[in-house]
Amino acid sequence: MARFLLRRIFQGIIVLWLITVGVFAIFFIGPGAKQVPRVLAGKDATPQIIAEVTNRLQLNRPIWEQYWHFVWLLLHGNLGYSFYHGESVNSVLKAAFPITLSLVIGAAIIWVVLGVLSGVLSAVRSRSASDRIVTGVALFFYSMPTFVLGLLLLLIFYYELTIHGIHAFPATYIPFGQSPSGWFRSLILPWFTLALVSAATYTRLTRGSMLDVMNEDYIRTARAKGLSERRVIFRHSLRAALTPIVTQFGLDVGILLGGAVITEVVFSMPGLGYTAVYSISQQDLPVIIGVVILASAAVVVANIVVDAFYAVLDPRVRLH
Amino acid sequence: MALNIPQASEQALAGSVPGPGTEIGENAKKIEGRSPWRLATQRLLHDKASMISLGVIVFIILIAIFAPVVAAITGHGPDQQFYAPIGLNANGQPLAPSSHFWMGTDTLGRDILVRIAYGARISLIVGVLASVISVGTGAIVGLAAGYFGGVTDTLLARLMDWLLAIPFLLLAISLVTVIGPGLVVLLIVIGFLGWASVGRIIRGQVLSIREKEYIEAARSLGAGPWRIMFIDILPNVIAPIIVYMSLLIPVSIVAEASLSFLGVGIPPPTPDWGSMIADSQSVFEYGAWWYLVFPSLALLITTLAFNIFGDGVRDAFDPRGGMYV
Repeated sequence: MARFLLRRIFQGIIVLWLITVGVFAIFFIGPGAKQVPRVLAGKDATPQIIAEVTNRLQLNRPIWEQYWHFVWLLLHGNLGYSFYHGESVNSVLKAAFPITLSLVIGAAIIWVVLGVLSGVLSAVRSRSASDRIVTGVALFFYSMPTFVLGLLLLLIFYYELTIHGIHAFPATYIPFGQSPSGWFRSLILPWFTLALVSAATYTRLTRGSMLDVMNEDYIRTARAKGLSERRVIFRHSLRAALTPIVTQFGLDVGILLGGAVITEVVFSMPGLGYTAVYSISQQDLPVIIGVVILASAAVVVANIVVDAFYAVLDPRVRLH
Repeated sequence: MALNIPQASEQALAGSVPGPGTEIGENAKKIEGRSPWRLATQRLLHDKASMISLGVIVFIILIAIFAPVVAAITGHGPDQQFYAPIGLNANGQPLAPSSHFWMGTDTLGRDILVRIAYGARISLIVGVLASVISVGTGAIVGLAAGYFGGVTDTLLARLMDWLLAIPFLLLAISLVTVIGPGLVVLLIVIGFLGWASVGRIIRGQVLSIREKEYIEAARSLGAGPWRIMFIDILPNVIAPIIVYMSLLIPVSIVAEASLSFLGVGIPPPTPDWGSMIADSQSVFEYGAWWYLVFPSLALLITTLAFNIFGDGVRDAFDPRGGMYV
């Protein structure tokens, strides 16, 4: 186990390193390195001013030198400073991460409950009317692009209600510190947007997995022993069917913690995804790299956790 | 996960293992002697939901092809702007659906119906071609990794892990910002999205097929690696390739629409569903629901039809239904 973890962490670090190289390369191949000083210097800037800005941002140094500078800072836990705001990337990420986190945690709770329960219902009553309805609804939300659902909810529950004088949901994110109840209300629509779109995957996954498990001999044995149907379903079947669901959950949360890009953009929530999109449009390299590192690290960690969890859950899996 | 796949696939390929709840009995005799391919197509043809969704897909394709006809019927070009009072109201806001503009007008006074018809072209082209790129690359890399093993396998498997760890949307937006928006860029970027996961699946399958006797036989007859990979192994992984292909199309369509929604897709004024939906946000406050609702419906119906059809294809090839949930 320890050897497995060490190896995976080492591989993860290599992956992260390659990703930073990739982002650096994209930035320097593209217009970013030229565009940033020009934008910063303003409309009427003379070539001298642009040159000075370039110099101050050290953008005229060779790429490898800048990269080394970046790695050196990173080894000291510093991700550098935003080109535009002079703010440290660490503090940008620190401000954005809690927003993404509160979005993802709330949505994850809703989607797991909805997805797993509907999947179980659907599998237990396989081929019944309720199964058909659940499967149909799941397919509907599975096909729904996140931004379409988000905008439809926004149109119905924000604009239409506001036109009728009801202000139930704020249109933009309200920080928890400013008003806890406002924070909660401002998150309801984003939570449901993300959750409904994701829950559909879990419904399908749970249904498939449960149907497989419920054909096993030990389920028949459990029924033959006279256990209650509820116990057979939740204790014997669901528990065994949970492995693929846990895998999917780990990976999904890992990906989303790096920024639920679309949901954040639709609801103008300044989380990691929104920050990233905004920085990319500005070519703010230090912030882009910061978000990408954080996002990729979340995926890498989620992968390791899922694999390790697999071994804990299923003794037949050997890690090496 | 990887352990289950080869097992499931063998059964899928054998094609004769009845799934849970499938009725055997009187049909058992008839099934004998049909090829797995015929069985799969027959299952698909008998699946009502798949056939209806196939009909919807054909309809959307026809709309895309005959978009100029739609324009001719309405008498409005895709980029033709109608100013107030024809296409916009006195305040310069879009008009609601009417007998003149069946789905209303957009922020520039253009006919939404005509633009939706033209927008189908981009969605379908990107959806299909990007999926072909993904599946093609994934299949080739998966074959190579699984067949050669050793260092090649390790390197390719790591590359796939690496790609899967990259936040797709961020990578896509960065690349488009650098290279500049356009159809080819979108195809490459979205094609990039899917291949690593396809590659993983194919690799897993090839790993088990490689050890089969008939591969050993081919090798002892003097077949080279290319022959073994493409003549002996490839036909045996074609079922998952087809299934993946059909499941990837809606994913690619959504990816294209999402990128356009974020403003890094097909540049305006080319009609595109994602850009139309993004643009509709600016007139929400005037209650212009039609600008959001109709392009959204077009997108949703398309992805839904492809998903139902994809599910049908999967069930037809793998009636046990455990393989590609």
